[in-house]
Amino acid sequence: MPKSATKRWSTWVSGALALFAGVALTVVGNEPAAAQAKQLTLCWAAWDPANALVELGKDFTKESGIEMKYEFVPWTSYADRFLNELNSHGKLCDLIIGDSQWIGGAAENHWYVKLNDFFAKEHITMDDFVPATVVGYSEWPKNTPNYWALPAMADAVGWTYRKDWFARPEIQAEFKKKYGRDLAPPKTYDELKQIAEFFQGREIDGKKVYGAYIFTERGSEGITMGVTNVLYNYGFEYENPKKPYQMQGFVNSPEAAKGLEFYKDLYKCCTAPGMTNAYMQEGLDAFKSGQVAMQMNWFAFFPGLYKDPNVGGDKIGFFVNPAGPKGHFTQLGGQGISVVATSDHQDDALRYIKWFAQPKVQQKWWEIGGYSALKAVVDAPGFPKSAPFAPQFLESMGIVKDFWAEPSYAQLLLDMQKRVHDYVVADKGTAQQALDLLVKDWTKVFKEQGKAVASD
Amino acid sequence: MTAIIHPDAPADRVGAQSPFRVARRVRGLSDRAIAWLFVAPTVALLLAINIFPLVWMIRLSFTNLNLSMSYLPLRFVGLDNYSDILTDEDLWLRLQTTAQFVISSVALQVVIGFGLALLINRQFRSHSFWTTIILLPMMLSPAVVGNFWTLLFQPQIGPFNYVVGLFTGIPPSSFSMTGEVALAPWTIVLVDTWMWAPYVMLICLAGLRSIPDYIYEAAEVDRASSLRQFWSITLPMTMPFLMLAVLFRAIENFKMFDMVNLLTSGGPGSTTELVSITLKRAAFEKWRTGYSSALAIILFVTVFGAANIYVKALNRVKQR
Repeated sequence: MPKSATKRWSTWVSGALALFAGVALTVVGNEPAAAQAKQLTLCWAAWDPANALVELGKDFTKESGIEMKYEFVPWTSYADRFLNELNSHGKLCDLIIGDSQWIGGAAENHWYVKLNDFFAKEHITMDDFVPATVVGYSEWPKNTPNYWALPAMADAVGWTYRKDWFARPEIQAEFKKKYGRDLAPPKTYDELKQIAEFFQGREIDGKKVYGAYIFTERGSEGITMGVTNVLYNYGFEYENPKKPYQMQGFVNSPEAAKGLEFYKDLYKCCTAPGMTNAYMQEGLDAFKSGQVAMQMNWFAFFPGLYKDPNVGGDKIGFFVNPAGPKGHFTQLGGQGISVVATSDHQDDALRYIKWFAQPKVQQKWWEIGGYSALKAVVDAPGFPKSAPFAPQFLESMGIVKDFWAEPSYAQLLLDMQKRVHDYVVADKGTAQQALDLLVKDWTKVFKEQGKAVASD
Repeated sequence: MTAIIHPDAPADRVGAQSPFRVARRVRGLSDRAIAWLFVAPTVALLLAINIFPLVWMIRLSFTNLNLSMSYLPLRFVGLDNYSDILTDEDLWLRLQTTAQFVISSVALQVVIGFGLALLINRQFRSHSFWTTIILLPMMLSPAVVGNFWTLLFQPQIGPFNYVVGLFTGIPPSSFSMTGEVALAPWTIVLVDTWMWAPYVMLICLAGLRSIPDYIYEAAEVDRASSLRQFWSITLPMTMPFLMLAVLFRAIENFKMFDMVNLLTSGGPGSTTELVSITLKRAAFEKWRTGYSSALAIILFVTVFGAANIYVKALNRVKQR
């Protein structure tokens, strides 16, 4: 090699080494700073309680010195976004408040850290939490002591109504004349439909109003989370209680078909025009704008609604999901908090859970807009009077039922979304046909999952 | 230094045609090697983001992979996914819905786009201004268009229903463009046409402007009527452009997702569920990776095959 070339090469090599050394020094120089600023990322949905959690988290930072970072995603893309993250073993979230239906998949796929040993070590016992939330948010397999999450946000479907409209003497008198009873929050779905029919198209304060708001959303989980509130109370069951995965005659029983017909009747008779694809936010908008007399929605939103300057305070009332001819249940919502198995900060994440499980933190959580599942909070003598929706919340948590939490829940959910929306909104086929097709869809999914499905 | 040239390889040709022998500047590398060095990043990128995923997807389409149940053993299932798809009645309905959407929207866009191109081609005063105005919708993002029209179609506050009510006397809140089975399919056609007819117009305008004036002058001399000129000159000479517009729009609409998803989410029920929405649900909501890979391949082959046949027809028209 000529001398000049050797010189040029040595210049290049020296330059590259200097650059490498510079970068290395920068990284090394920053390391102590990075170690000082410990940080945890918590993933959840973007909604009212998430703001309360941010407030609550400031106390944790104060106590532990660990900064909290939040990744909140709107409900419509919440499942897509975070299931994708978990599926791809991403490191975005250290802690995740995942939906109750994810627990099966998260446990089987080892997306979450199993918390049994941690609970034992830290003396956190699941007996201290509302039983429905433990089964719904923490256990997999269900009803076994295998815990993958700490109940974080208790929730269920409830109803709000315009207390001020219900209280008007002229409306009261007209209702009594028509139905022979006082206008009061409904106890049964038949009563609810009567009230909804009564208000539908009525003019109140110069504005046309509508009877009820119910979930009809097609894309994610909306219509399923709505219709199950009626189906459960008409006799629908996911499977034979004595023979797991036997759905024939339980999902599509004649009683369940009647429940589905009822939901469609309610949708046709008593909802505002254009509510063909509506979920939580549309319900809040309809209620806040004074458009509907009664609204189905999650309890999580009730603190915000109660504070609303236009429809909150004395104008709003709350009631539990009405009963049906075959029982009294409501759809479980809510989530548990879990440590993501791929997180590099598992110890800090567990520290957060330990902190969050404390009664004083849970009490504050309830006070600032979250829903605690800790018995010490909800069973306290003062709890029913601590908020106007607290008694209804307590009652609801005692009658909740949840959708499948199997690893294949997403397929099961989307199948139900399709069959129910096809029948209720698109007028396709009969209720019985919709549920028969649903059994067919679900049977296929469970068979793919390797489950033995009994046909009758 | 002497480089050995193999003129067959593109990289070699580039190397051979270099005005300066670059290799002489970088010691130890031949012209051919340098040419390959330049091409390599592109080839690597193509392999990484196009060829590898395609091959991987073909492989996955023969498996039972479901990402929400990745703990289950991965099994080779042969052609099961393909047979499941081809025997699924619901999927055929979705294909039917897609075909109806593609045919209706492309037909409307061609008629309106061509009509607008004929108008703009007259070069009246301020025609440039109107061309810009007409082109505005296609410059918007489909997500913006979806949200914008969702608001316009809102039965109680949306201006669309109000305008319809004004002209027909139908109460504005008595119908929902996106929520009724009879109206929703036409709603997505309407919005897509609003957005993309200008694009067809642009292509047609290029075709119209490429027709030499002397042909029309000769037709005038022969006393051909305007209609005759249209049928015998304008339409045949713009036909390749029209066919090109149809090809582009048909391929685009076959894979249409964003706008329809925002407008109707495939509803009411499954009335406007295009096959792209079904594919997205299978792949990223149900996590049926094997099944959705097979579906993607079926759709790819369908579009690729149809486009090839169409391009052959287009070439035949051009040769005439």
